[in-house]
Amino acid sequence: MGATVDYDDVEVGTELPAAAFALHRADLVKYAGASGDFNVIHWNQRVAQSVGLPDVIAHGMLTMAEVSRVVTDWAGDPGSVVEYGVRFTKPVVVPDDESGATISVGAVIGAKLEGRRVRVDLTASAAGEKVLAMARAVVQLA
Amino acid sequence: MALDQSYIGRSYPPSKPYEVGREKIREFADAIGDQHPAHRSTAAAQALGYDDVIAPPTFAIVVSARVGSQVVFDPELGLDYSRVVHGEQRFVHARPICAGDRLVGVLTVDNIRAAAGNDILSTRVEISTEAGEPVATAYSTLVARGPERQS
Repeated sequence: MGATVDYDDVEVGTELPAAAFALHRADLVKYAGASGDFNVIHWNQRVAQSVGLPDVIAHGMLTMAEVSRVVTDWAGDPGSVVEYGVRFTKPVVVPDDESGATISVGAVIGAKLEGRRVRVDLTASAAGEKVLAMARAVVQLA
Repeated sequence: MALDQSYIGRSYPPSKPYEVGREKIREFADAIGDQHPAHRSTAAAQALGYDDVIAPPTFAIVVSARVGSQVVFDPELGLDYSRVVHGEQRFVHARPICAGDRLVGVLTVDNIRAAAGNDILSTRVEISTEAGEPVATAYSTLVARGPERQS
């Protein structure tokens, strides 16, 4: 409704400002509480390892949410995201230490659509591996 | 241990309403590190043309996961949640979720399949207001990872 970016000002290939987000164990606990997803693999190393994971992993939805901020910060209106989808390809492992994990996000205009909408194609990686595939947002621009 | 394929196509009755609170939106925005004022200030949201504070796009999972739990935690389906990781997620928004919304969700099991020893469950939750206004649809694919294969 109130995107500050004008459809006529963007081209296919225009890059959005990249960003990196740090995730620590405390962020996973906070997200668990806020979202209601208390799956133990997101906070309990013993259980995570017992089911074959290297360590505690971030909620896929937390990664998805962090990555979306690149789009919403750019568009100016978080309500302008009309569609958003991702495939989770690798878990984001969050070790119990000071540095935690870092998710690096890139975004580029992939297509200009009808109705002054654009498709933003996103990439996200952590520890040198792609953690999302087919990450795309459709945004209603001004 | 394959999941019961007879669940495919099953739809559940509309969930009890979930009332979206301003503080819940703020808490969620804090948890994802999103500082946008439209998630915190009614005035800021109204300046963008909304009635009240709006939720971040992925907040719809708070509603859709509750609705989806009807099948995810159905003992007869037998999904082992500690082995579940998220495979895919997609949201289509008719409009942003807004504080004060009373949302109901209708859950449908779109697909169940087995691949590479994993069980894969795809669901759809159609979220609307109690009055029937469409708000969002959440498409989720969950993967229950099979036990490690013996070599």
